[in-house]
Amino acid sequence: MSATPSAWDRIRDEFPILNQQVNGHPLVYLDNAATTQKPRAVMSALDRFYARDNSNVHRGLHALSMRATDDYEGARARVARFINAQAPEEVVFTRGTTESINMVASSWGGANLRKGDVILLTEMEHHSNIVPWQLAAQRTGATLRYLPVTGDEGLLDLGALDRVLTPEVKVFAFTHVSNTLGTINPVAELCARARKVGAVTVIDAAQSVGHMPLDVRAIGCDFLAFSGHKMACVTGIGALYGRKALMDAMPPYQGGGGMISNVDFLESRWKPSPERFEAGTPNFGDAVALGAACDFLDSLGRDEIRRRDGELSRKAYERLAELPGIRLIGPRGERGGLVSFAFAGVHAHDVVTFADEDGIALRGGHHCNQPLMKRLGLTSTVRASFYVYNEEREIGALVESMRRTLKFFGPES
Amino acid sequence: MSAELSDLYQNVILDHNRRPRNRGRIPSANRSAHGDNPSCGDQCDVFLRLDGDRIAEISFEGSGCAISQASASLMTTQLKGKTAAEAERLYGEFHEIVTTGKEPEDMSDLGAFAGVHAFPARIKCATLSWHAALNALHGDPAPATTESHID
Repeated sequence: MSATPSAWDRIRDEFPILNQQVNGHPLVYLDNAATTQKPRAVMSALDRFYARDNSNVHRGLHALSMRATDDYEGARARVARFINAQAPEEVVFTRGTTESINMVASSWGGANLRKGDVILLTEMEHHSNIVPWQLAAQRTGATLRYLPVTGDEGLLDLGALDRVLTPEVKVFAFTHVSNTLGTINPVAELCARARKVGAVTVIDAAQSVGHMPLDVRAIGCDFLAFSGHKMACVTGIGALYGRKALMDAMPPYQGGGGMISNVDFLESRWKPSPERFEAGTPNFGDAVALGAACDFLDSLGRDEIRRRDGELSRKAYERLAELPGIRLIGPRGERGGLVSFAFAGVHAHDVVTFADEDGIALRGGHHCNQPLMKRLGLTSTVRASFYVYNEEREIGALVESMRRTLKFFGPES
Repeated sequence: MSAELSDLYQNVILDHNRRPRNRGRIPSANRSAHGDNPSCGDQCDVFLRLDGDRIAEISFEGSGCAISQASASLMTTQLKGKTAAEAERLYGEFHEIVTTGKEPEDMSDLGAFAGVHAFPARIKCATLSWHAALNALHGDPAPATTESHID
């Protein structure tokens, strides 16, 4: 779907939060990789649902329950279409990326990993795609292995893939877009290589799904995890995509109502997925909002979102590169919508505190990427991350703020 | 620059950040402790040579923001020569300064940290090295963490 010019022209009006002053300056929100702001379209979808249809879903025999169930299952179908899943049943609603990956590591990992097996990750993974696998390794006796990154340029070392992707690898989990480096990984190629050794693939799509077209069938992954709040939706909702055959062979993640076909005093039988993995009352209100976020992003056009993201991060990279003592992390060329950098002699937290003074919201720290930071010999970086409402003038404000900070902390004259 | 920000980044703090005192490992140290601030990744090691109950020598190593580095540096200048009881009392006063912004009259350079109270997220930056130092004094082998203390 292509963008109508007017949808983009009024884009900042869709996000009321942007219209405010912070510390006497217009807010420049560049912390989108942590969470994006929410458009009116998503907030009013929530409002509409709670004002009209709210009731517990499934098994309800009254009008509101049937409407709420239709809304909830409609949202599932909408999300499935958004990532081009084969069927709505391949989408399980979760609290977000972290819960989705924990579900795979615990349920699939618990049933399929054994001593001697290898879990392959990459050095650029977020803690949420490392720690669940460490827990799975501790429970099953499998071991962890990492595909290296190439250094500050932040690319996966594909030359090392043959060495690490051996037949003992039972699962290969990797990020689509790095939240610290901005690297866009060749996910379809990685999935094809994993298939050759019979490894299951798990993709962390937290930083990609709201920023670019994404087609799970073209990528060829087995599982894909993402969060709503990083794609213009509210917090507390996300999804796990899983191929139906794999999902139906997995044991439940949690037990409770809604996920059973029959319960007896001593044992129970499970429903197939997705219900098997949605024990208890699901977060249907926020699922409806996630469906609305998919509509909103498609109305802008995800090719166009990708194009603008890439342009903003390219311009930011070029402008920032002129600053003295800056160390830019991540690929020089094609990258996702963020830039990450460190200054010699000025710590990221001081930079972020000074930027806040200018009304600019940045993030400084290890970005839940401590192993990667150690690998690069850093303890923290400053990160500026973009979304659909950011403008080139905001990069100017960022660079000016950095200059002021550097001057303040610079050597005494 | 706002009044709050210039209060936070006082000259004393900038000076200690640029030219940290007592940085590095003391070869003769007989006590040491490590401190972590898990929310931001700041780290600090404090090394002591205790002579009886008195801190004969003290140094630190670590990485973090200007506030945390300056605090560690200034702390080493304040704790040298103090007994454990005196060090604890001094920390109590320092904690009061960074959480309330009240500057006692006779607190020397530690009063420079009064501006921290206006930035609650940075209080842990200022107190990390103190936690590590007190742990080293008590011989507590567990690493200090800003998460297991109130501040």
